[in-house]
Amino acid sequence: MSTTPKTTTGTTVIKTTVLLIGALLLFAPFLFQDVRALEVAARICVFIVLVASYDLLIGYTGIVSFAHTMFFGFGAYGAAIALKQMGPGWDAVAVGALAGVGMSLVVAVAIGLLSLRVKAIFFAMITLAAASVALVLASQLSTITGGEDGITYRAPTIFKTATKLMLDEDGKVMRIMGVKLNGKLAAYYFVFTTSLVLFYVMVRLVGSPLGTVLKAIRENEARAEAIGYRVVSYRTFVFCIAALVASLAGTIYAIWLKYTGPDTVLSFNIMIDILLMVVIGGMGTMWGAVIGAVLMVIAQYYLRDLMGVAAEATANLPVLPELLDPDRWLLWLGIIFILLVYFFPKGIAGTIMAKGDNT
Amino acid sequence: MENITKIVERLGGVSLLPVAVALIAFVLIGAPSSWVTLTIAGLAMGMMIFLMASGLSLVFGLMDVMNFGHSAFVSFGAFIAASVLAGLSGWLGSDLIILNVAALFLAFAAAILFGMAAGWFFEAVIIKPVYKDHLRQILITMGALIVAEQMILAIWGGTPMTVPRPHFLEGSFLIGDVTIEVYRSFAFLLGLAVYVVLYLTLNRTRIGLLIRAGVENREMVEALGFRIDRLFVGVFMLGSALAAMGGAMWAGYETLITPALGGEMMIVVFIVVIIGGLGSIEGTLLGAIMVGLMANYVGYLAPKLALTSNMILMMVILLWRPNGLKPAVK
Repeated sequence: MSTTPKTTTGTTVIKTTVLLIGALLLFAPFLFQDVRALEVAARICVFIVLVASYDLLIGYTGIVSFAHTMFFGFGAYGAAIALKQMGPGWDAVAVGALAGVGMSLVVAVAIGLLSLRVKAIFFAMITLAAASVALVLASQLSTITGGEDGITYRAPTIFKTATKLMLDEDGKVMRIMGVKLNGKLAAYYFVFTTSLVLFYVMVRLVGSPLGTVLKAIRENEARAEAIGYRVVSYRTFVFCIAALVASLAGTIYAIWLKYTGPDTVLSFNIMIDILLMVVIGGMGTMWGAVIGAVLMVIAQYYLRDLMGVAAEATANLPVLPELLDPDRWLLWLGIIFILLVYFFPKGIAGTIMAKGDNT
Repeated sequence: MENITKIVERLGGVSLLPVAVALIAFVLIGAPSSWVTLTIAGLAMGMMIFLMASGLSLVFGLMDVMNFGHSAFVSFGAFIAASVLAGLSGWLGSDLIILNVAALFLAFAAAILFGMAAGWFFEAVIIKPVYKDHLRQILITMGALIVAEQMILAIWGGTPMTVPRPHFLEGSFLIGDVTIEVYRSFAFLLGLAVYVVLYLTLNRTRIGLLIRAGVENREMVEALGFRIDRLFVGVFMLGSALAAMGGAMWAGYETLITPALGGEMMIVVFIVVIIGGLGSIEGTLLGAIMVGLMANYVGYLAPKLALTSNMILMMVILLWRPNGLKPAVK
């Protein structure tokens, strides 16, 4: 027995994969030169942060919260409302991000202190209720939030597609490897860099002594309390951290999309996506968040196309086309999800990391 | 001050809460006739929610199992009952009351039978492997909920469905200057009947004794040689059947149902169970009536607050009693 974490060949495989994904994301605009691929890459970046922050709760501390999209939504709506009211500019982004973070922290502290003392199940139910209230409020207070239609606004000037970052001799947008150096590229790298920073902060956080305490609470709450750690304070703290990161991820996503509505940031479907990503990737490993987010987002964008083809191919058979309809893809994901929780509760990353000899 | 506390305790303690709410609402509303209408609507709504929530509460109390997929039974019950009623629309339209009742009975029976079968399946396939593991329970039942909702979308489609009501439950009657909808009083009476049956079963029969003993101390009951797990399957099936029945009644009450119904009701059911205290039928009834009354009074007095009234109610009650109003002894 050693006190240092075990290094298995599996761990090396996972870390290499994550590095590879990072490299692919870094060069995404140059490797995949179409609009949709860039959308996918940006969404992956934002969701890696969101899923990793959720993993802080569910994987590292053992708290099941269904209010994570609520905090994501606070950040997104904060930025959206500020950009709409104050016009495009960095001051609006700052105000929006701060407002979102502030709101998230207040709500997180309130929920945390009120309900983290009780059993995990109570907490899950209360967060679910809170999230549904937030969703209803967002779609009802249409004067502020734009209701069901959401808000469309303009991002800071540097992120406009028409903005030219560098000019060549002819006064046109400079190209590197055929990629225009325009605002879209700047926006992508803004998303990538901020996501990377947030993810790195979280990786450091779980590696710190704090992360160890959190794992201790997950494994044996009574014992952690007996050793002298205030379990409620730690749980509330990590809930606030997760809320803060989710809120910032929301702000980033709002700046990228230039649109914020209940469906893109608040709906329960996003909560389900996050849950699926965490479980598929592997709870309790930051690397799992990366793998889960990548797989799910790619599945979201491309699996539906595949299912459409399958539905057409089976059009003459009974029932099957109904079940293979692209709109039914959640059905299959749900089944995969249940099977994963049964047979691979550690997810992809956790299962692979446990394999192989110690090196 | 102490005397007042004692008197309140003797009269029923927290059970008086709905009465207090009703009295405050009476003062605020002012008009007696609308107060009566609202109160009856609230009671009817409360009774239907009680049906949906009671199973969840019992299952948790007995086996420490929280089923996040419970609302799937509610929506399946609603859609199955609606389909049966739509199929028998000829009977519903007829003037013969016996055909009306038969159609209604068949619709409820279909919903309840489905609830029992689905409950058995759910217990055996989904929940049995993850006893005593709350985290995986929450995840797995959530996954099952996703699958169930998608199946409803696949079978009935995403468009709203109109639910025909039996002829004799249509319309309303007048007492003085108070209009009372027939369906509401029907829902209230049926809910009350179910509560009485449940209460008597739990408190006057041998099975009920075992269930209550199991809620209080499961290991001890098992040590005495009773098969709690078999009992649990029964309770789970009963709970799912009640949820399906509640869904069927709710379909008739709303007359227009969408696949989103399950998700909406799930939040309300959770709030009721948390307010009432997990594991007790009395607590669930109390919570359901409180939520029903509050929803109707607040909807009348301050429509803008209506959306958040349940949430505020839950917060206040949790601050006052962190384990709910009437938790089972644990």
